Amino acid sequence: MLATEFLVRGAVEFDEPGVFMMFEENAAELTANVRSLGFHLDQLVQQKKIVLDHVHIERSEIEETGEYDLEGLFIRLGHAIDSIGAKRVVLDTIEALFAGLPNHAILRAELRRLFRWLKERGMTAIITGEKGEGNAITRYGLEEYVADCVITLDHRVTEQISTRRLRVLKYRGSAHGTNEYPFLIGEHGFSVLPITSLQLDHAAPAERLSTGIARLDEMLGGQGVFRGSSVLVSGAPGTGKSSIGATFADAACRRGERALLFAYEESSAQIVRNMRSIGLDLEPWVKKGLLQIHASRPTLQGLEQHLVAMHVTVQAFRPAVVVVDPISNLTLERSEAEVRPTLMRLIDFLKRQQITTLFASLTTGGSATSAAEESQVGVSSLMDAWLLLSNVEFNGERNRTLHVLKARGTAHSNQVREFVLSDAGIALVDVYLGADRVLTGSARVARAAHERSAAELRREDDERKLRQLASRRKMIAAQIAALHVESEAEEAEVKFAIARESLQEKTTWQHSADMAQLRGGGKASDGPKKRKR
Amino acid sequence: MTTTTEAKTYELRLYVAGQTAKSLAAFANLKRICETHLAGQYRIEVIDLLKTPQLAAGDQILALPTLVRRLPEPIKKIIGDLSNVERVLVGLDVQPVKE
Repeated sequence: MLATEFLVRGAVEFDEPGVFMMFEENAAELTANVRSLGFHLDQLVQQKKIVLDHVHIERSEIEETGEYDLEGLFIRLGHAIDSIGAKRVVLDTIEALFAGLPNHAILRAELRRLFRWLKERGMTAIITGEKGEGNAITRYGLEEYVADCVITLDHRVTEQISTRRLRVLKYRGSAHGTNEYPFLIGEHGFSVLPITSLQLDHAAPAERLSTGIARLDEMLGGQGVFRGSSVLVSGAPGTGKSSIGATFADAACRRGERALLFAYEESSAQIVRNMRSIGLDLEPWVKKGLLQIHASRPTLQGLEQHLVAMHVTVQAFRPAVVVVDPISNLTLERSEAEVRPTLMRLIDFLKRQQITTLFASLTTGGSATSAAEESQVGVSSLMDAWLLLSNVEFNGERNRTLHVLKARGTAHSNQVREFVLSDAGIALVDVYLGADRVLTGSARVARAAHERSAAELRREDDERKLRQLASRRKMIAAQIAALHVESEAEEAEVKFAIARESLQEKTTWQHSADMAQLRGGGKASDGPKKRKR
Repeated sequence: MTTTTEAKTYELRLYVAGQTAKSLAAFANLKRICETHLAGQYRIEVIDLLKTPQLAAGDQILALPTLVRRLPEPIKKIIGDLSNVERVLVGLDVQPVKE
């Protein structure tokens, strides 16, 4: 399969025609088999880009007498190569030669000659062979030291889930990765993903994306999450993880960006239906091609293969936003040591594509916040932001709350918000902090009503006080006016009295002066002295 | 039985690649075997694949030299330089002629 893809891609994309020499399937069978992967060998054969040559060896028809060599194979191959100017050659599989021809000594020598011959002709060749028993790489232990590059593929079943793996055993003249890499044969052919990226070198754009929930954006420093960041939403069952995910995807579609939703719990039709209950209609986006929902059971394939499948889908669809709901299902029955590197790979991959991701994760910790936090520590360090949804059970009801546990690079809120799902979507409501607990749900509503009526009373009270104050002020003003008038009257009186007194005095003084004159002799000024005496 | 065997015509094809020692040996051996055991009942066609490589696919030739018994059916193939007379006769399904 790897070989076929190598050949087809060579022919189609690199304009390097190839020769496919089969020892097991015949041309028609191979063409039919690879058509399911989207390869149309028959067309390529017509375009003279590929030559399919089926070599049939029937042991029963062959009798060996004396010396021989495989010159016939060489000639056939040479002829096929020359007829289309091939650059690539595939031999699949050489085990058949060993099965067909009894003299292995000759075969070994001839194969060695074949490899050398292919190299001299400048051919890139893939020769497939079956894996030998035990540690032997190929059954006849020949190819591995003749070939320049040896790739082993195997198929392993762990925990009832099988994974195909690929490993580059040797590759002369290159620094190759030595790890085992999972690979997948999917609709678009063969895909491999490296275990881990070599460096943390992805760009970090400063652009922010709205989560679709205004209050949540506010909690994340006002503008939502960074583009290309990864957000973990964890919570107990029924805390609204999927709803956040769907809202996030919906927000992306509203901006005209593409969103990809990987669902591992619900089918796509079910998601569309269920999201309608919170006022999200995803169907138009699906129809417009902005939203793709990929629903599959996590047990369909191994974790690695899921990730490979995601890679392939992401690369084909090129979304701006990816929602995985939930990753915890993918990690079922997997040890943390296995899960972390695979998730890391996925996150790295998505980050390099500058895709914003939202992972939902189910926690089994129940409503106790600490337990929920603990169970997610394994993957949380890989995430840029972490929203924790939890249930608060109080007053005979469970209510959803949301915390932002972390958000790298944003001034995020440390507040708990109540998370309300209604047919108008998701809303975050401030909670009331009671004496020693947060109030949510009906308790919050009751409290709010209480506070509202209290406020009403207070306001009326205040108004009354203000009114009283106003009238009092008026009264005082009136009093002041009255006093003012009174004082004016008093003043007038005083002035009058003063005027009268001075007149009297004047009159008196005049009178005494007159008297003194009348008594004669004495000066007018003596008058009073005498009078005092 | 013997009459039917004798009535058969053996149509043989020898595939070789150039005038190598092995192909010359194979041709010489074949000639000798046929003259000895199939006198007058055979026809040999020698195909040099260096000249006509496209013919290699038709008879599924891998190893050289290869002797193909086209007729009578079924097709039989004998690879090697035909030095082992016994095995060639077995391969061609020919009753050896006692000398």
